[in-house]
Amino acid sequence: MNKPLQSKSTTGSYLIDPPGLKSWLFTLDHKRIGLMFLVLVSMALALGAFFALLIRTELTLPGPTIVSEPSTYNRLFTLHGAVMIFLFVIPVIPATFGNFALPMMLGARDVAFPRLNLASLYFYVIGLVFFLLVLIFGGIDTGWTFYPPYSTSTVTPVILAVVGAFILGFSSIFTGINFLVTIHTMRPTGMGWFRMPLFLWGLYGTAVIQVLATPVLAITLLLLAAERLLGIGIFDPKMGGDPILFQHFFWFYSHPAVYIMILPAMGVISEVVSVFSRKHIFGYKFIAYSSLAIALLGFLVWGHHMFTSGQSQLVGMIFSALTFTVAIPSAIKVFNWLATMYKGSIGLAPPMCFALNFIFLFGIGGLTGLFLGSLATDIHVHDTSFVVAHFHYTMAGGVLMAFLAGLYYWWPKMTGRMYNLVWGQVSAWMILIGFNLTYFPQFIIGSRGMPRRYYDYTRLLEVNPEFTFYQIISTVGGFTLVGGLVLVAFILLRSLFVGAKAPDNPWGSGTLEWQCNSPAPHENTPAPDDVGDCYDYNDLEFDEQTKGYVMKQ
Amino acid sequence: MISFAGLPLAQSGGFWLPDSATNSPAMDPVFYLILGICSFFFLLVVGLMVFFVVHYRRRPGVVPQKTASHNMLLELTWTFIPLVIVGAIFYQGFTAYIRMQTPPPNCYDLRVSARQWAWQFIYPNGHIDENLHVPVGEPIRLTMTSEDVIHGLWIPALRVKMDIVPGRYTSTWFRADKVGTYNLLCTEYCGDEHSDMLATVEVHTREDYDAWLKDAGNYLKTLPPAEAGKVLYQRRGCFQCHSVDGTAGTGPSFKGIYGETHDMADGTTAVVDDNYIRQSILEPQAKVRSGFQPVMATYQGLVSDDDITALIEYIKTLK
Repeated sequence: MNKPLQSKSTTGSYLIDPPGLKSWLFTLDHKRIGLMFLVLVSMALALGAFFALLIRTELTLPGPTIVSEPSTYNRLFTLHGAVMIFLFVIPVIPATFGNFALPMMLGARDVAFPRLNLASLYFYVIGLVFFLLVLIFGGIDTGWTFYPPYSTSTVTPVILAVVGAFILGFSSIFTGINFLVTIHTMRPTGMGWFRMPLFLWGLYGTAVIQVLATPVLAITLLLLAAERLLGIGIFDPKMGGDPILFQHFFWFYSHPAVYIMILPAMGVISEVVSVFSRKHIFGYKFIAYSSLAIALLGFLVWGHHMFTSGQSQLVGMIFSALTFTVAIPSAIKVFNWLATMYKGSIGLAPPMCFALNFIFLFGIGGLTGLFLGSLATDIHVHDTSFVVAHFHYTMAGGVLMAFLAGLYYWWPKMTGRMYNLVWGQVSAWMILIGFNLTYFPQFIIGSRGMPRRYYDYTRLLEVNPEFTFYQIISTVGGFTLVGGLVLVAFILLRSLFVGAKAPDNPWGSGTLEWQCNSPAPHENTPAPDDVGDCYDYNDLEFDEQTKGYVMKQ
Repeated sequence: MISFAGLPLAQSGGFWLPDSATNSPAMDPVFYLILGICSFFFLLVVGLMVFFVVHYRRRPGVVPQKTASHNMLLELTWTFIPLVIVGAIFYQGFTAYIRMQTPPPNCYDLRVSARQWAWQFIYPNGHIDENLHVPVGEPIRLTMTSEDVIHGLWIPALRVKMDIVPGRYTSTWFRADKVGTYNLLCTEYCGDEHSDMLATVEVHTREDYDAWLKDAGNYLKTLPPAEAGKVLYQRRGCFQCHSVDGTAGTGPSFKGIYGETHDMADGTTAVVDDNYIRQSILEPQAKVRSGFQPVMATYQGLVSDDDITALIEYIKTLK
């Protein structure tokens, strides 16, 4: 493991030092910024989940159920997608755990540009306000993908949403720049690239994509706003524009964006699987390089969203072939995690339970991606609820599970409190069961004939009478899943009031952020001169008195 | 209302795919191949995971065993085996796709025009219909365009899907080998009535098809104007937005509307007479009734004067 620090910091907890509201609002402390992001993204998650439940309830039975107008339903799925993508899954792990843990993992005082970091938080808040304004002005009905010419002709406030996403893009770029520079310049002596915790490799790959791809989204959204305001005729065929051009621009960002979402998630899983198996991570370099491979290959596959758009067969073939190459680095990671668990001493605390949920659900999400990368099968299942199921297995089954694993993992360091471990395990089971009940039926009805973004399937029942049955299962699952999330929130919030005081290193982790007090002190402590191997757990033993791990005497 | 008749397996076709209307669907074997590979790897990964969690669970006094932290040969193995497998899937998917996308030279050509929210299938004799009628066993090529936003044509039973884009033509082809009726849906989200943009594919024998086409094109000449108007009301998709039973849809209901006076969105009033109806078909945005969105696209060039007369006569009959 990492060598012990020379001396522990003498400053008070970052939560109370310095005190006062103003010190929080203008803080440059990466830990406080991470914690404030945690509060904000959790609110976004709650909002997105609320929309999701309305969608699920509407679809339970054929015909109008709780939403009497299709236009309302169309706003609901658009807002659900836009809030979840732009306000939750893209920022969630880098902005919360990345901000909180990255500098401490390096033994750095802070990120390279603390003011830019604070700006990133405020840009997020402004973006959030724009999305709330969209809600107040009646919502938008374009789908989160904003495809023209629908998005240039609808009467809903598209420009507000586009500006919101544009600003959120800058929040994302600022985080990316910060992480790139911090990792390049602020690693301690003795921590070469291949001594870094794998979480940082995940964040590094993400930062590369954030910085390279997000500007393309920004330009695309500006063009879309200009199209609506000025009618410049770049996307609207009535003015000689090309609507397919928008799809290329949009997916040139939005496909790499799914790796912005999943790479940090995989980083969290690499940390958690190793720590809770008490085993050195297996195949460090393969995992690290696979993060980079995903980041780079992810730029070359956007056309697989457009196999039915009318693009040429040659282009389709090239994108299909490239798409399959992205499967390989993900497969490597999964096999390496399994090899890490082999002959370990596997503890099933809540972070590990959610890591196992991740492997289960992301496994299904990744494997069903093969249907979509393959040309012939994609033609059939494209734009059906099969695709909806697939990307929820990867995004919610992947990113959300990793978020919850990370939340349970770093919670003691962030708040200084331990939560109830048994109830944490119960929440993991509830979410796993609810998740599969929600999304697995959507694979079946999708390949049998259920399109996505569909308000009413009454008229399909003559051919597909089984749809109602699967939709009911899916709704039951949806409420179970959200119930599990509410349980997680309850367990963690309760710990703030009645939880036991957290030990410094409750899980026996070897990375540097666990060597300081819990909650973390205001001043980060510098890394020792000789940084050891953060996945070597031989020097740690469990101490019954503090209920945490300490160095062997 | 709730039918559990199909519980939980599907009524027709396999568990995963609906009945195919072709004898040798190119897509289905690829689907089942991938399904098999997915199932194998899922069971492998989750099986190992569960086995490790149970077998190596943390127990007091039992320490983790030291194993190698990397093994180049092993890692290269699980890099290259998946690479070979996805290579095979790509090849199968690609060759099936080329078969699905390459129309034979002797196709029967039909045109498709999509609009919010109706399908118009245009036959060689100029007839326009709201459903797709095709002869059995013959390759059919659809050349498609949209009048407004992007739509998507999907016939699940034929495994055919292609987006329909304004300002350009896209095309696809299929051959239906079984006489019958199949669903045809819009799969690219296109606005309020996306889920009502539904038509059927009617697969006839060649004789039935010829007879249908001959009759279908003749209605303006053989039927009285009001009845011809009713046919047009269906076939041109007016029914998607305008009801005839008094319920307001995306547009006003036609029931009893003829001769009424209504407030317009611009504050004026207008009497629904022959000229108003004619203008509303050709220039829908000119006088939009108050309380409705200006979303209708023009039918300029798509309907003849005789068509409009027939529609007016039909609307007159709706008391």
